[in-house]
Amino acid sequence: MTSIVPKEQSSESKKSLSTEEHEDFRMFGLVAFLIADGMTFAGFFAAYLTFKAVNPIGPDAIYELELPLPTLNTVLLLVSSFTFHRAGKFLEKNESKQCQKWLLITGSLGLAFLISQMFEYFTLPFGLTDNLFASTFYALTGFHGLHVTLGSIMIMIIWWQTRVPSGRVNNENKFPFEAVELYWHFVDGIWVVLFIILYLL
Amino acid sequence: MTISLKPNNSPSEKLQPTGWLKYLSFSLDHKVIGLQYLICGFLFYLVGGSLAGAIRVELISPLSDFMPREVYNQVLTLHGTIMIFLWIVPVVNGAFGNYLIPFYVGARDMAFPRLNAVAFWLIPPSGLMLITSYFINGAAQSGWTAYPPLSITTPAAGQIIWILSVLLLGGSSIFGGINFIATILKLRRPGLKLMQLPMYCWAMLGTSILVVLSTPVLAGTLILLSFDIVAHTGFFNPSLGGNVIVYQHLFWFYSHPAVYIMVLPAFGLVSEILPIHSRKPLFGYTTMVFSIMGIVVLGLVVWAHHMFTSGTPPWMRLFFTIATAFIAVPTGIKFFNWVATLWGGKISLNAAMLFSCGFIINFVLGGITGVALAQVPFDVHVHDTYFVVAHFHYIVYGGSVFVIFSSIYHWFPKFTGKMLNENLGRFHFIITFIGFNLCFAPQHWLGLNGMPRRVAEYDPQFQLINQISSVGALLMAISTLPFLWNIFQSILYGDDAGNNPWDALTPEWLTSSPPPVENWEGEAPLVLEPYGYGEKDSNNTQEEMK
Repeated sequence: MTSIVPKEQSSESKKSLSTEEHEDFRMFGLVAFLIADGMTFAGFFAAYLTFKAVNPIGPDAIYELELPLPTLNTVLLLVSSFTFHRAGKFLEKNESKQCQKWLLITGSLGLAFLISQMFEYFTLPFGLTDNLFASTFYALTGFHGLHVTLGSIMIMIIWWQTRVPSGRVNNENKFPFEAVELYWHFVDGIWVVLFIILYLL
Repeated sequence: MTISLKPNNSPSEKLQPTGWLKYLSFSLDHKVIGLQYLICGFLFYLVGGSLAGAIRVELISPLSDFMPREVYNQVLTLHGTIMIFLWIVPVVNGAFGNYLIPFYVGARDMAFPRLNAVAFWLIPPSGLMLITSYFINGAAQSGWTAYPPLSITTPAAGQIIWILSVLLLGGSSIFGGINFIATILKLRRPGLKLMQLPMYCWAMLGTSILVVLSTPVLAGTLILLSFDIVAHTGFFNPSLGGNVIVYQHLFWFYSHPAVYIMVLPAFGLVSEILPIHSRKPLFGYTTMVFSIMGIVVLGLVVWAHHMFTSGTPPWMRLFFTIATAFIAVPTGIKFFNWVATLWGGKISLNAAMLFSCGFIINFVLGGITGVALAQVPFDVHVHDTYFVVAHFHYIVYGGSVFVIFSSIYHWFPKFTGKMLNENLGRFHFIITFIGFNLCFAPQHWLGLNGMPRRVAEYDPQFQLINQISSVGALLMAISTLPFLWNIFQSILYGDDAGNNPWDALTPEWLTSSPPPVENWEGEAPLVLEPYGYGEKDSNNTQEEMK
């Protein structure tokens, strides 16, 4: 076996990367980024659970949280994941109007989540520096809220980019769409874990 | 679309400045970015080294007479932070990774060239910000570990600047890691299998996995710490119900793997250099690959051995002792494979080879003290003493920095097309090796006898040993001079290197020196067997190369 295949012998080397393979590596980079992002959350969760396990975490921490609003938030995010998926289906079928409609719904659900969370913050009886529980609560939900904010902005950009005559995102160039969709599903997934750890445990 | 990833980027590339000015500009060329990392890192090494010199001057006498204690603590913190976050991590990963990985996978550039440039350009501003914090109300004083409550109670400005710059450097490191993973796994040219990649690719893959998994945890921890300082929350503040041990767990979840982020790429670089200069195939390629992945897995589960004296429960001590001691197995495999690679080879003792051999010797010494430190009773005895200082300097200086010098001697002809002066290089090695061992070997004795680290004043009985250590540090400082002279001299008047001065088989040598913008003039060569030195069937035995 020769160490270096001469140029003319390597028929395989003539093969060029196809478009799918390009999207493949971009998606791969995105997944690596989401794993990194998920590790940040994992660190926060680990810190919160350790505080909870070893420390008196604050006066009647668990009873101060009311469930209706966060449950509504969970529903909002899960539905928005579904609507984003619907939008993707219409993008594949080249029905941009429908796709835009579902994207708009998704973005609105994201905003509704943020408004609802803001409302929850105002009704809570404790502030950031009151005790350790309050600090960890606001750090976790706030960091997640930051992700939802960024995601909503990106959804609005995608919504703008899928408009029919001049938008740059379509069935041929749907990597930006898929990237935002994956990010959004990731943020929703994190919320479910956060909801269980913060409100239900 | 062709295999070239450049079409999107080339128009702007054409407008880039040429000559030395390109190293000061926002370039998307992975080779320029790699050298930017290297040069920038070396400048910070000179700063960090000067700070180390100041520490050694202070420690010549037992009293705190050269600088006030606060200044000593600031110097110590800046030294540690600069050396780790601005010199070793960016250089072994960013510099050589960016320069070599696209060659090794047969690509024209990294997977995300713009992200790559952004990752580099985060480094100089955050490094300068870190250094300027010294002049604004004092730099951080709490060591590179920034343990609370010390980091919360000392003056806030310097500590906040420290956190910001480490966050930016962490971000740079994560961007780089994502880029390396995507490049190595997805940008390999068709026909090149994973198990045919040069060893440095595997090392960078393992390192990038560690970066992606552990650096974000440090970022999150530092964000919480900055809340504690700025907003007076109570995460790590015991008076508000916080827990400092949680900080230590989260911090070491990054900072133990950080050791492997510094030495795994060094392992990879040594595995490239040894076969070429001993004209033999790398011994045990497959075991080398698996030992890297073994180190990655074990490296992630041993962080609490830094906390044996932090009140960890016995079961935790037992687990982390065993897991830590196990790392000696894959590391030992690598060590014996390197020795077996040298065994019976036609060894040429040039500067690159000498520094690599120096690395092997130092790293074994550091590794042995590491196994000793993994044992709880011994660790409790020498915890926070100079024994630990000696141990980790043997790993990060005797390991990584020796390999950085070795790699510079090895790849300088490729970077510039000029040869370095070998005699000056050997001289550089001899002073560095003697100075390094004179500086750090006596510190084992200091630690065993109980001299604590991170203090400016010490018991007079340790003075002689400290003075010997300071002489070693002076030799290390002097050793930089022949190196710098060699670099400038060779760039200006060095002999032409030719494309392949070492008769190497790895792909970066199969193009011109320095390489053209798109790495190869024509089609990239498909190198299936990068270590085929001196084998019968290979058409690349040394005799035929000559």
